[in-house]
Amino acid sequence: MAEITLNALAHTYAENPTRPEDYAIREMTHVWEQGGAFALLGPSGCGKSTLLNIISGLLEPSNGEVLFDGKRVNELKPEERNIAQVFQFPVVYDTMTVFDNLAFPLRNIGVPKHKITSKVHEVAEILELSDQLQRKAKGLSADQKQKVSMGRGLVRDDVSAILFDEPLTVIDPQLKWKLRRKLKQIHEQFNITMVYVTHDQLEASTFADKIAVMYNGQIVQFGTPRELFENPAHTFVGYFIGSPGMNFFEAELTDKLTFGGHTIAINKEMLTRLKAMGTNKVTLGIRPEFVHVWDGKNDDAFPVSVDYVEDLGTYKILSFLFNGQVMKARLSEDQKVPSGQIYVSFPEQWTKVYVDDYLVDLNVHPTSSDKAIDNEQDKETDHAN
Amino acid sequence: MQTKVENNKAWFLVMPVFLIVAFSAIIPLMTVVNYSVQDIFDPYTRYFVGTEWFKQVMLDSRLHEALLRQFIYSFTILAIEVPLGICVALMMPTKGRGASVALILVAIPLLIPWNVVGTIWQIFGRADIGLFGAFMSYIGVDYNYASNPADAWLTVVLMDVWHWTPLIALLCYSGLRAIPEVYYQAARIDQASRWAVFRHIQLPKLANVLVIGMLLRFMDSFMIYTEPFVLTGGGPGSSTTFLSQSLVQQAIGQFDLGPAAAFSLVYFLIILLVCWVFYTTIMNMQKDK
Amino acid sequence: MTQSSTTPMTHEKTSQGRASQNTKVTKEQAPVYSRADRKARNANLRGRFGLALYVVLLLLPIYWLVNMSFKTNTEILSGLSFFPADFTLENYAKIFSDSTWYMGYVNSIFYVSMNMVISLLVALPAAYAFSRYKFIGDKHMFFWLLSNRMAPPAVFLLPFFQLYSSVGLFDTHIAVALAHCIFTVPLAVWILEGFMSGVPREIDETAYIDGYSFPKFFVRIFIPLIRSGIGVTAFFCFMFSWVELLLARTLTSVEAKPIAAIMTRTVSASGMDWGLLAAAGVLTIIPGMLVIYFVRNHVAKGFALGRV
Repeated sequence: MAEITLNALAHTYAENPTRPEDYAIREMTHVWEQGGAFALLGPSGCGKSTLLNIISGLLEPSNGEVLFDGKRVNELKPEERNIAQVFQFPVVYDTMTVFDNLAFPLRNIGVPKHKITSKVHEVAEILELSDQLQRKAKGLSADQKQKVSMGRGLVRDDVSAILFDEPLTVIDPQLKWKLRRKLKQIHEQFNITMVYVTHDQLEASTFADKIAVMYNGQIVQFGTPRELFENPAHTFVGYFIGSPGMNFFEAELTDKLTFGGHTIAINKEMLTRLKAMGTNKVTLGIRPEFVHVWDGKNDDAFPVSVDYVEDLGTYKILSFLFNGQVMKARLSEDQKVPSGQIYVSFPEQWTKVYVDDYLVDLNVHPTSSDKAIDNEQDKETDHAN
Repeated sequence: MQTKVENNKAWFLVMPVFLIVAFSAIIPLMTVVNYSVQDIFDPYTRYFVGTEWFKQVMLDSRLHEALLRQFIYSFTILAIEVPLGICVALMMPTKGRGASVALILVAIPLLIPWNVVGTIWQIFGRADIGLFGAFMSYIGVDYNYASNPADAWLTVVLMDVWHWTPLIALLCYSGLRAIPEVYYQAARIDQASRWAVFRHIQLPKLANVLVIGMLLRFMDSFMIYTEPFVLTGGGPGSSTTFLSQSLVQQAIGQFDLGPAAAFSLVYFLIILLVCWVFYTTIMNMQKDK
Repeated sequence: MTQSSTTPMTHEKTSQGRASQNTKVTKEQAPVYSRADRKARNANLRGRFGLALYVVLLLLPIYWLVNMSFKTNTEILSGLSFFPADFTLENYAKIFSDSTWYMGYVNSIFYVSMNMVISLLVALPAAYAFSRYKFIGDKHMFFWLLSNRMAPPAVFLLPFFQLYSSVGLFDTHIAVALAHCIFTVPLAVWILEGFMSGVPREIDETAYIDGYSFPKFFVRIFIPLIRSGIGVTAFFCFMFSWVELLLARTLTSVEAKPIAAIMTRTVSASGMDWGLLAAAGVLTIIPGMLVIYFVRNHVAKGFALGRV
């Protein structure tokens, strides 16, 4: 059991990296506390599997350090790190029985026989594999196989952490839920640090206490599911979390914030901060859940035209055109379906302000101005990818 | 497994293969069967003799000796080529330029006409002009494949190992390439030793290709003709005369068509039988495990 | 996009080549190695060394043949040397100036190509049938095909001779090509069936729904999908037809005589013409090497799919 620290970690597959986009993992410092259940969420190709393989030691990072409980483990191979990893496709040793599969990691480190037997039975009990122990692993179903591969991680009592690399991809939907419960249960029982890689926000938020959202080789936000929803620190988080994602639109900054001639209400302090930053490109974001829809004219509301309404059963999604741009709002089921010209307003507290994709947060004071330059480069990468 | 559609029209697609192979296989085979029960003096004078030729062939001591030699030979080369082939396959790089270079180099012996293989070793093994022969005399071994049966055997076996180990190696290599990287990663996480990786990951995945490889090698070694014919001509004496040579000597050398045909059929049946036994044994062994 | 496509390649290079080529660079980058790391590295080095040794032993007899082909007979018989002291192209010149010699190569290549084309043409539809449909006798047919692979050529020697003589095909290229089909066709069907089974049925169904007729679908869509498989199959057909001699020699006398058979002419009254024999041998190796060079990517892909 260990706390995992990534210190100024970066990784590149290129031999002579020069630009930031040569890096699969951009320089990051991050701590996974001991005993937590974490999710690493991001789209495919954002570097989350790379990061996981670096933690487990299958990959050696090109820069920075990986620390287990403050001890540098960069030079340690996976077999020396005492880590368990469950892969996307279940890995079982076909020719062995379930029992032998579970005993395999213990036999490899020379654990005495009686101890192996008791430990394997204990783990099989937890995973509900007890009646399968004498079966050949080859004939198992996908979810049973995945349980066996999880079990191989659990039999060793000294594992520092268990890493999951999208472990439920090949599992049937109804079993997915069961296995996820099982995972959660195991976590509570063993108090082992667990890192769970996925691209599914639902999977991440049901499993993890805290989610790290990864984008373009960087962790753009690390927080509870609620924080990610209410206060996305990066436009990508806003877009990726929630369905549909956050509405974004570019506002113009003069002495006030305007969008197509409409003035957007915003905190005074924020306005001052934005002016101090010396930028006139400001992105505003609002969750569809927080958009207010009115039938009649109203002081704070802007006139928009209804595009279409999707009925999703328990709620409806309204698409509307605001100044030529498509935006969405969530309507509860009992709300009547608007048409033609309607009015919407954006409550000030839910209107988030982003400069160069990062949230401008009044509770955090600006540290340096070079952050903005860094971010400018990120933007270019987005296009390159 | 995909389910296949039941459709007898598929026979139209198989028909060309059937016709071409039937022309090249069934007609000649029928001819052989025909000869095997007749005594032929010339194309117009022939008598039905029933199973006489078969009796004669079954009791022929030359056939018995050749058969025994054949079995010893086939098992010897299998015992050497299979482990060696696996080792070579394990050592071959899996990625990058090195992989295709290794693939091409290892495959070269397979692409050499069989009589040229014989020629290469005929030259290579001679003490006066060949490197191997000269090396053997240099280290003090009185080596001459043309006069000493043991040396002839050594050379024929060595030649076969040189010629055919690449086939086993390439088959195993393809089997190894089919193992997803994640198995090796899992094994590392499980702290498996190199041997455990081989025993529990690589070998099980190789089982299928090894069965194919061993069958192919067994069959082909059972039919070997050209290479020993060029190298030793079956000698010295008849120490390296295998079944095919024995047959060709009889059919073409002595033009004993009837006995040769009977011999052919017995020979073919032996191969089918041995392959069947071999295959079912291996399959049962796999099932039991 | 360009970036993401080049990175994996460089990655391969680093993980593969580092150990042997760029030891210096790696040392600078990561000065400390763990025990397990060192162990893995040693095992890797041992593997490379073992492979190198094997390849050297494998190539030594061939090298010796090449070496000899550039020597004069006097030099060959006067003693061993690793390089020709008196380098000569005379042996090759003899082959290329005598039509009975070089026609042997032409004949061989001719019937091998014919065999390759025939095998592929008949095996493609059959393999498709085996991989997609169930029909009466399918399994028996498949095993019967494969059992032909078990027939010793020596058994068929005489019947073939008589069969082809009686239909007037003796000493023609097509006779040899057809005779070789007995073992190349089953092999081709078997390999292609493996590749075709790897192509999902949905592709066929989609094509039919899109209004493709079977022949059009087969040629336009299906064949491109199993390109690698066809490459591998062609390679194996070439290989088995090129290396076979017993049947080829029996079925020809003058017009279609293969090079391998012509080589026996080097035994003359004055003894063996070793230099000439070696040169002829070297020339028979070259086509094989060219073919494997051209299909190397297909073969490698086929190997990667585990379908060879």
